[in-house]
Amino acid sequence: MRAVVSVIGKDMVGILAKVSSTCAEANANVIEVTQSVVQEYFAMIMIIDISKMSISIDQLNDNLKKNVEGMEIHVMHEDIFNSMHRI
Amino acid sequence: MINVNDIMETITMIQNEHLDIRTTTMGISLLDCADSDISVSCNKVYDKICSRAEKLVSTGEAIEKKYGIPIVNKRISVTPIAMLLGASGGDPVEYAKALDKAADQVGVNFIGGYSALVHKGFSPGDKDLILSIPEALAETEYVCSSVNVGSTKSGINMDAVSMMGGIIRQAAEKTRDKQCIGAAKLVVFCNAPEDNPFMAGAFHGAGEPDCVLNVGVSGPGVVRAALSHMNETDDLTAVADMIKRTAFKITRMGQLVGAEASEALGIPFGIIDLSLAPTPAIGDSVAHILEEIGLEKCGACGTTAALAMLNDAVKKGGVMASSNVGGLSGAFIPVSEDAGMIDAAKAGTLSIEKLEAMTAVCSVGLDMIVVPGDTPEDVISAMIADEAAIGMVNSKTTAVRLIPAVGLKDGDELDFGGLLGRGPVMKVNTTSPAKMIARGGRIPAPMQSLKN
Repeated sequence: MRAVVSVIGKDMVGILAKVSSTCAEANANVIEVTQSVVQEYFAMIMIIDISKMSISIDQLNDNLKKNVEGMEIHVMHEDIFNSMHRI
Repeated sequence: MINVNDIMETITMIQNEHLDIRTTTMGISLLDCADSDISVSCNKVYDKICSRAEKLVSTGEAIEKKYGIPIVNKRISVTPIAMLLGASGGDPVEYAKALDKAADQVGVNFIGGYSALVHKGFSPGDKDLILSIPEALAETEYVCSSVNVGSTKSGINMDAVSMMGGIIRQAAEKTRDKQCIGAAKLVVFCNAPEDNPFMAGAFHGAGEPDCVLNVGVSGPGVVRAALSHMNETDDLTAVADMIKRTAFKITRMGQLVGAEASEALGIPFGIIDLSLAPTPAIGDSVAHILEEIGLEKCGACGTTAALAMLNDAVKKGGVMASSNVGGLSGAFIPVSEDAGMIDAAKAGTLSIEKLEAMTAVCSVGLDMIVVPGDTPEDVISAMIADEAAIGMVNSKTTAVRLIPAVGLKDGDELDFGGLLGRGPVMKVNTTSPAKMIARGGRIPAPMQSLKN
């Protein structure tokens, strides 16, 4: 099972470090990271493995918001993207 | 592998374009609650709803968090209460109170099914229930009511149509200190669907299983945004294709949520209702889609054609994305719930007559239209008859949800707040239909061949 972490906002020092350490604390393994400028935003998208995660998606979302201030962060189960964009 | 642009598209749809699951509605059959003693019957109704829907709200919230997609409403629809009243007799308002208490207990936004199906005639319980609607809606908070007065197979019951004009007026008058909200919770249908998850017209039909989950998806803002990225020179075939593609994506999300919620609740997944349901929020308007297609303002000549294309393209896109489609499925045009419709009505480009024409090609009917508080009862009945005739002849669902704004005149505004929005009082043609309405009887079912 995988989830998508998206971080959108202005570029700052240490975002990747903070996001990945928060994921590591929850025992979620980072599988892939993409960083790009899409539609005028700085956007980082991280795919994480949540099959052995120690907390819920919801809690991870809250922790990330607490640890990485000033950015728009969402953690969403990958199924929503698969179902919308794949037949 | 999931593509970055696809991820960004989904997030933009949810964050900026108001994409949401409009409702997860649990349909519950109450046929096994009927008892000859009304208080026993009401207790059984309360207990069954509370046990079946106990986890409806928490399941919805868990899915919202898992996928990051808002589920705006959690609702319940039940067997038309007139069927239970036929067995029990007694004061029908007791059922309304039992439903209201159960809705409050399980935490849903609305409960629909204070309803009677009288398209061919009244059976025991039907008339009493209809007469009690104004009081039931005034004394409860969550209960919604609907009456089916016609169908393509049976014609239009004009005795019921005649009654409903007065019932709508009373529903508004009894709630005059609460923006006449009673009338906003009452729908008069022709060809009412048995699995509609949208309020105020949701009820759980007699042909449905014991308990089922239906999902209503929405997303006018997403469709408008997709069209706004097109060139003005793209032809209408390309526009229709873009609407289909967008509707497909929206519906896939509804399918995912519906399948997951029904599995978590341990009940069958019924249908997805593919509807474009606007909200008063800026950017979440069906009128603005029509304007994006190329009309100066909703209500202009061409509105009916643009709406017909939109409605059809939404269905074509959505049908392939879902295993079962049902309910109302189409574009809604509730005036007070749509920022673009409100503007057009205020500017005078959108009239009730134009709205009536639009209802011939889209979902539902004359919906959430504020009319002067002194509109005669027989004129309201005649508006219902006209709308029912459109539904009957075209083999489609039509409905009427009018709000007579007690104490307000043509040009004033009524503000409900929240999802129900606000609407200007619209001008009604009050030339008298009294003699026709007083005749009563039944308009016979129409021919199904020789179509012209």
